[in-house]
This record gives sequence, C-alpha cells and structure tokens, in this order.
Amino acid sequence: MNRTKLTRESFHVFQANARNALKQSEQVTSVLICAGTGCIAGGSMKIYENIKAECEKRGLAVYVGLKHDTDEEKSLHVKMSGCHGFCEMGPLVHIEPMGVMYIHVQPEDCHEIIEKTVLGGEIIDRLVYHLDGVAYPRQEDIPFYKRQHRVVLENCGRSDAEDIEEYIAKGGYEAFEKALFEMTGEEICKTVIDSGLRGRGGGGFPAGRKWEGARKQNAPQKYIVCNGDEGDPGAFMDRSVMEGNPHSVLEGMMIAGLAVGSDSGYIYVRAEYPLAVNRLKTAIAKAEAYGLLGDHIMGTDFSFHIHVNKGAGAFVCGEGSALTASIEGNRGMPRVKPPRTIEHGLWAEPTVLNNVETFANVPLIVRNGVDWYRSIGTKNSPGTKAFALTGNVENTGLIEVPMGTTIREVVFDIGGGIRNGKKFKAVQIGGPSGGATTASREHLDLPLDFDSLKSIGAMIGSGGLVVMDEDTCMVETARFFMEFTQKESCGKCVPCREGTKRMLEILNRIVDNKGTLEDLDLLEELADTISHTALCGLGQSACKPVQSTLKYFREEYLAHVVDHHCPICNKEKPHPTIDADKCKGCGKCRKNCPMEAISGAPKQVHIIDSEKCINCGACVTNCPFGAIAAAKEG
Amino acid sequence: MSNELSRASEIIESYDCDQSNLIAIMQEIQAAYKYLSEEVLTLIAEKLNIGTAKVYSVATFYENFSLEAKGRHVIKVCAGTACHVRKSQPIYDAIYEYLGLSGKKKTSADGLFTLETVACLGACGLSPVMTIDGEVHAKMTPEAALALLEEIRGKEAAEA
Repeated sequence: MNRTKLTRESFHVFQANARNALKQSEQVTSVLICAGTGCIAGGSMKIYENIKAECEKRGLAVYVGLKHDTDEEKSLHVKMSGCHGFCEMGPLVHIEPMGVMYIHVQPEDCHEIIEKTVLGGEIIDRLVYHLDGVAYPRQEDIPFYKRQHRVVLENCGRSDAEDIEEYIAKGGYEAFEKALFEMTGEEICKTVIDSGLRGRGGGGFPAGRKWEGARKQNAPQKYIVCNGDEGDPGAFMDRSVMEGNPHSVLEGMMIAGLAVGSDSGYIYVRAEYPLAVNRLKTAIAKAEAYGLLGDHIMGTDFSFHIHVNKGAGAFVCGEGSALTASIEGNRGMPRVKPPRTIEHGLWAEPTVLNNVETFANVPLIVRNGVDWYRSIGTKNSPGTKAFALTGNVENTGLIEVPMGTTIREVVFDIGGGIRNGKKFKAVQIGGPSGGATTASREHLDLPLDFDSLKSIGAMIGSGGLVVMDEDTCMVETARFFMEFTQKESCGKCVPCREGTKRMLEILNRIVDNKGTLEDLDLLEELADTISHTALCGLGQSACKPVQSTLKYFREEYLAHVVDHHCPICNKEKPHPTIDADKCKGCGKCRKNCPMEAISGAPKQVHIIDSEKCINCGACVTNCPFGAIAAAKEG
Repeated sequence: MSNELSRASEIIESYDCDQSNLIAIMQEIQAAYKYLSEEVLTLIAEKLNIGTAKVYSVATFYENFSLEAKGRHVIKVCAGTACHVRKSQPIYDAIYEYLGLSGKKKTSADGLFTLETVACLGACGLSPVMTIDGEVHAKMTPEAALALLEEIRGKEAAEA
C-alpha cells in the first residue's frame, strides 16, 4: 500500500471527501453481513459469497468500500461488518437504508433476499425476528437493541471493519488530530481525568490518573500497552471491539501516546482470537499507509508505532505485570508491586496499560467532550459498559448499556428472560474473579457499576455476565471456577498455588456429597487467607465465587454436606436398594432403620421409601442375607 | 544442520534472532512443525544465545505450546462458563470415550485426533462450541460431535 502520507490539511480534505462518499453510500442499498466470530462460525462467509454471486448473476455491480462519484454504474453495497451483537440469532444480515435485520440467515436464503428485499423492497417474514407473536423487521425496534445505548460498539456492525475511509468518514481520527495539534499532554490527561473514565478491565481505576502518573515520569522511553488478553471464560466484548472497530483501539492508544510522551505501543491479544489479530494488523497497515501511524505523523515530530503480540494461552497474562513479562518473551508471571506499571512496566520503563474497551472510549471523549461523556452513566461510573450476556438466557450476545443499568433490565428486558421457561437463579459477573449475585429483589435491582457491585462482593471484571437458571447448582459452579483458576495459577506464590489446590479438593469432595460442615468453615478460612496474601489479582480474587456462593447460596452447600444429596446435581436421591429375590422378609432392616423408611410385612419383600431414606447404610450392614445393595455413587 | 531444522532456522532469523521475540518464534515454529521438539528448543536457545532452560521454561509455561507431536486433527472443546452452563462437559466425555483416551493420553491410538479443552473461544452466543482444526462448530451435542469425528474418520479412511 503506497500512498501519500496525510498532512493536517490533506487529512481535512480526505475527511470531507470521505463524508461525501459516506453520504452517497447511504443513498444506495447496503447489505451488511455480520462477520464476527459467532456469525462466521454460523456460516456468514458463505452468505457473503452467495450474496455477491446473486448480484453478479443479475449484473448488479457491487461496491467495496464507500461510493465515490466515479462509481456511477454501481448500485449495491455489500460489506462484511463487525459483530452486530445478537449472536444468538446469527448469522445476521442487515439491509440499509431500510433498517431491516434478518436472523438465522442460511446461504440458500440469499437469492430471496436479493430478489424480494433488495430489489423489491419486500420484507421476508420468515427471516424476521419474532417475539410473542409480534414481528420486528427493523433492528432498532427489537427489544434486545431498544434498551441498549451503543457508543463504543456503535460502529461495530454498521461499518466495514477493514475500511479506514469509512472510519474517518464517521469521525475517526478526528480526536487524534485534535489532540495532536491542539492539546498538550497535560490537557489530554486532564480531559480523561475529568471525564471520569475508569478502566474497563476489571479494577475500575481512573484511566486519566494512570496516564497523568506515567506522563510525569521522567524517562526517555515510555510504552503504551493495550490488554486484549480477554481470558475470562464467558466474555467477548474486547474481541468484538478489536474485530469490529479496530481503528478505535489504535486511535485511543495513539492519544495515550501523545498524552504521556510515548512512541511505541503494544497490543497483547489472546491466541484464541485469530480474527482480531488479523483485523488489527490490517488496520495498522492501513493507518501506516495513510501516515496516521509511523514516523512524523501528519508532518509533526510525533511518531508512534504499534505492534501486535499474540498470547500463548495463559490466563494470568491478563494481569498487568505478567502481561508485560510475556511481551518481553518471558514466562508470564506477575511480580510484587510496587513499583507500579506506570513507573516500572514494559522493559522496566514507565508504561500505560489499559484494556481494549478503555482505549476505545478515549477518542469519543476527546471528540465529543467531557460533558457529553458524563451525561451517560452514573456520577462515579460515567459512560457505558459492554457486557457479554451469556448462559441460560434467551438472547445471548454482546450488549452495551449505560453504567447503572440494573441487572433486571439486562437479564429480562434485553436478555429476554430465561430459556425454556425456567426460573432465574443467579448472574455470575466478572468471571472466575467475580461473584454470583442472587435472584433476590435487591440484587436484581442493583445498578451495574463499579461501586455497587463491589459492595456485594462481585466485580464488573471485564464484563462477562453469565446467567444461570434453576438447574444450575451453585456449588458445582463455584467448583468449576476454582478448577479454572487452579489450573491457571502460575505457581509463583504459595497461597495461590497451594491454597487453590486445597480449596478445589474440598469443593470436589463437597460436590461428591462427601463433605462435612467443617469443610465449609475451612473453605471460608482458606478463602480469607488467600485473598489477603496472594501476590496478584488472579489469586486475590480466585476465592470470590466461593465466598459469594457461600454467602448467598449456603443452603445449596448444606444440601451437599448435610443431606448428602443435591436436588440439582443428583436428580435421583441415592438410596440402598433391596433385591427382591434375596429378601426373606425378616424385618431386621426395618427395625434398624433410624428414619423408619423401610416397610414390609413379615416374610414379604421389604421396600425403602427414598423420600425418608438418608442413605445411612444401616440396613445394608444389618441384612443377614446380603439382599440390600448400597447406593450407587454419583 | 539437518534439513528438518532449516525451516525453524529461517523462522528464527526472520525475527533477527531477538530474544524478546521468543514467544512469537515458538508460535510460528509450532505452526510449521505442529509441536516443539527437543532439537528445535535447543536450536532456538543456541540462535538466541540464551539458556536451554529459559527456552524450556517458557515453552512449558504457556498452554498453547506442545512438546509432543499432536494428532492429525486437533479438537478443542470449549470449557468456558457459558459453554459449561449449557453442558459442554458431556461432549468432552463422549469424545474422550469415543477416542479411547485415558489419563494423560490426549491423542487417539491411530494418531488421528488430539482432544483438548480451551478456556473460552469467545463465541459464547453459540455455546456449547468446539473447534476442529480451528474451525468453530456451534451448538454442539455429544451426538453431533461424534458424527463430525465419524465423518473425518471416514474421509481419512477413503484417502488412505
């Protein structure tokens, strides 16, 4: 890609032309095919090919990129977009300017879509989203979208992620240009501080204060690092932003570079996100070709380079110091803090480390201003938050809501309630580092923001929201998370390495109905010790799922350790069984049963009432004929 | 140097033998060779001028690196939270049994399949999911998963 590098003046010209092209493009029909990971897995690439083939058959010329004056003869826009968010209904096809959204589209539907909708303006009812008998042909009317407020994700799903011209037409790189020519580093930091932007990676630390701290460091070399190691199982917000709007991440990092005086940025992406890696690399190459990245950007003294590093499968690398160690080519192990990353980060230099969504917020703040940003969300948690809504909920997908939206709105209004008519039990927020909230009224009406969640022992984490129904055993869920953290423990510090192992053993025992009441105390004690003494965030928060389930779902633990029977895990209550062929009807079992659960007339075959039986085994040992078999394990 | 290592050597040199690229180098070599052999690890250490112990420590730290040859097809069952609550474990168990695996043995006796889990593929909307050679298969059931493996086995047998 060889083209003239943009200067400030030519950027303005380019921007004006791009806007004009965008306006023209909006006049023609556009078919947007979702090319997020979810829809691609559902076959959206085949749909893209088929739509193009259908157009060719009819002699319809198709655009790639925006419509320009020279493209008079072309009449249809077909593009692959980022994630639309409604993953449950994928593959998704969007038709503009009609605003129609088709769900569960199959490759064989393409012919009809072109024929009826694109050429005929007719809506195909079969492909439209229906709820309670009502059809919702337009995306904006669908309840899943209606309650959302898309700011960071606005262009995901509407734009061609690989098209830099479209990004610029929609205001992209305008914030960077403003920061580059009109703002000092101090002013940028102040803007970010005033906006109240808090880190979207979990902790919620004010981003601007981090930047200001790094800015004040006196060092010739500083680094900007973007944490795209979205390891929480059940979370995919950052993946969607990197895939669907990669330029917004680059722009945020470039502004951070300007603010703190850094010329080098790294994006660390999970190895499991190959598409995100490709889209980021394409975006970097395009920005470099336009002279928006590289040396002497827009003819100034500011230079900035961005590198993409692929993770290698270690959850702990989501922790700041482990992540920088991994970029350096080492084992991804955290170190003792202080010194903090802003003083001693990548290659021991001052480093600003934020997550993908945080960086993607920055251009919007600089462009639209602090007041605009503060008008969304709550006082202490301004802005929006993207969540990955998953689990036993009707509408799984990627959502973005203002901070402070309640769990009830998210699960029931946007999520459409629980699948298969089951009852809601809990929401797990923040992945293995978070807690479970309950179905209780106060929790359902709890606003989703940093401070409210902390108050009940959960955290926003990176934004994974896993909804659980009545068929989910919370003890088993806690065990599942402990197994995950235990496996991912890097082994550096004893509390996490040994402690999580012991906790997992106890939880396994409890789930197998072999635990005791003392085990619950031991779990609490261990959890307390580990959370106070572990070296890094992974260990310190590893016990949160156990602590919160012990607090809010204690009765489920008691079912396992007192009744030795969980109504969810063990559908059939285990009890001994009497072999009718061997039973002589002596009545010894009946007399020895402490629960009076065995009945039967003398010399008749006896039976055990499973409801009363506590599976103590007294009948098994007392039967003189060996006619009673102990309960099967499990 | 043997021919077998020349590709690895090229890869290392393409990164200017810079040790900060250790992870990227190992990723690319593993993509080419499917795993990291002892010879390859030694070569990396020599070329980057670092200890073999250091190379080994990094190779064993990250889940994605394999020091053993894998089967021709790699199956990854997602064990993320969303897949877990939508019952991914029975899928893993079914495949495990189908391939006749036991204990630490994760590759089938015929060398055709290696079974792994992955923490989260980020395709939670399609859960439970699994991948075969990187291709995502959505909304799996134990039956559907086994049918896919049967299909691959059939294809392989036809080609053999």
